[in-house]
Amino acid sequence: MKDRTRILIFIVVFVILYFVPLTGIRLQGALLEAFFMVQEYAREHVLFCLIPAFFIAGAIINFISKEAIIRYFGPKANRILAYGVASVSGSVLAVCSCTVLPIFAGIYSGGAGIGPAAAFLYAGPAINVLAIILTARILGIEIGIARAVGSIVFAVIIGLLMSALFKNKTAVTEVSPTVEPEIKQRSLFQNTIYFVVLVLILIFAAWARPKEAVSFYSLMFGIKWYLTFGLLLLLGIILFSWFKKDELSDWVTSTWFFAKQILPLLFFGVMIAGFLLGRPMVDSGIIPSNFISILVGSNSISANFFAAIFGAFMYFATLTEVPILQGLLGSGMSKGPALALLLAGPAVSLPSMLVMRSIMGTKRTAVYILLVVLMSTVVGWLYGLLFA
Amino acid sequence: MEIKILGPGCSRCEEVHKRTIDVLAELNIAADVEKVTDLRKIMEYKIFVTPGLIINSKVKCSGKIPSKSDIKKWIAEELK
Repeated sequence: MKDRTRILIFIVVFVILYFVPLTGIRLQGALLEAFFMVQEYAREHVLFCLIPAFFIAGAIINFISKEAIIRYFGPKANRILAYGVASVSGSVLAVCSCTVLPIFAGIYSGGAGIGPAAAFLYAGPAINVLAIILTARILGIEIGIARAVGSIVFAVIIGLLMSALFKNKTAVTEVSPTVEPEIKQRSLFQNTIYFVVLVLILIFAAWARPKEAVSFYSLMFGIKWYLTFGLLLLLGIILFSWFKKDELSDWVTSTWFFAKQILPLLFFGVMIAGFLLGRPMVDSGIIPSNFISILVGSNSISANFFAAIFGAFMYFATLTEVPILQGLLGSGMSKGPALALLLAGPAVSLPSMLVMRSIMGTKRTAVYILLVVLMSTVVGWLYGLLFA
Repeated sequence: MEIKILGPGCSRCEEVHKRTIDVLAELNIAADVEKVTDLRKIMEYKIFVTPGLIINSKVKCSGKIPSKSDIKKWIAEELK
């Protein structure tokens, strides 16, 4: 950092500290609210949701062959298949936010072209396992599914529109997997069992206490720890008999890297969401609830449009869109605009726009962003119409 | 020897960089190590998934964090 920027930061911090009205009730409430929100996450979501989710993400990045998926993005790949794979594969390929843009660039310039590339870029951040798990857990299963389905369907549409609008320049170079295929340690069946067990552990450990006293859910809630421990035992046996030792340490390392990269940002995201908006149903964030409900409280086209625009330009660090949405919904945001924001938000941001521009030029980037905003508006509006 | 680490700068790419430096220090070999963060330059090596490790313009690995022993092996290959 240059000394000049440092001095500027000092001055800004000084001015803020000098003038901040600490005695104001609203500000005190909001500051406290930030900590309440972080505590809620620490108590409710870290142990039984985030940590298992990180282990799943670590397993995906280690044990799923990316080359097998990337084959479908080659210049000679089947068009229809390329769109399908591009819009779905983000769930495993986009686990690390830093892989989305390189894969996008690869598909665009050396692979199946602008259509599948745009589809991948739109769906990737929304359907990676971590995003799905956290959205479903915190914002509710319904909006979690809407987010996943909405982004997959509209990824294909946006991709098709992009390739219809812009003639593909023929790929100059073929991107080929340069790494020699690894020796298979386990069969597909064994890998599947392993992943299913991991996901089941997450599901049962995170099983929420249901509202109804007697139901299938409450029965499951009653025995969830037995199930979880049984599955953990099974996992232990699987790991012991099917995995080599250094594979296991690779798995733990990758998991740790996810935690290291995502947790601090998420922590700040949660605090900021708490400070700005307060916990759900508590109107003590710095932004008053009625301000939110006036702006995006209804499911009008303009509210959806506003949410989509806001989402497109705002930068959400990996997963922080979830606590922010939680705060907004709690302050009276309508479900339609919430989905619009969820769809447009992680798909584009100012920093990613700059990278896209350097790869496919200003015109294509502008059209892509326009499509994202319009599509998200429409989906949000439809969702609000049908489900609210 | 010329070593390049491709990646837009996430913690996984950092780790590859760190491990490479460690291995070079252990083997006591001097090499030019460069981090490539510009996506267009990364694409020149035709890899889809970062982090990538390039030794003497050859792609040694992409899409995962290689173990130190793998890095040692690749460096030894290039020394021959």
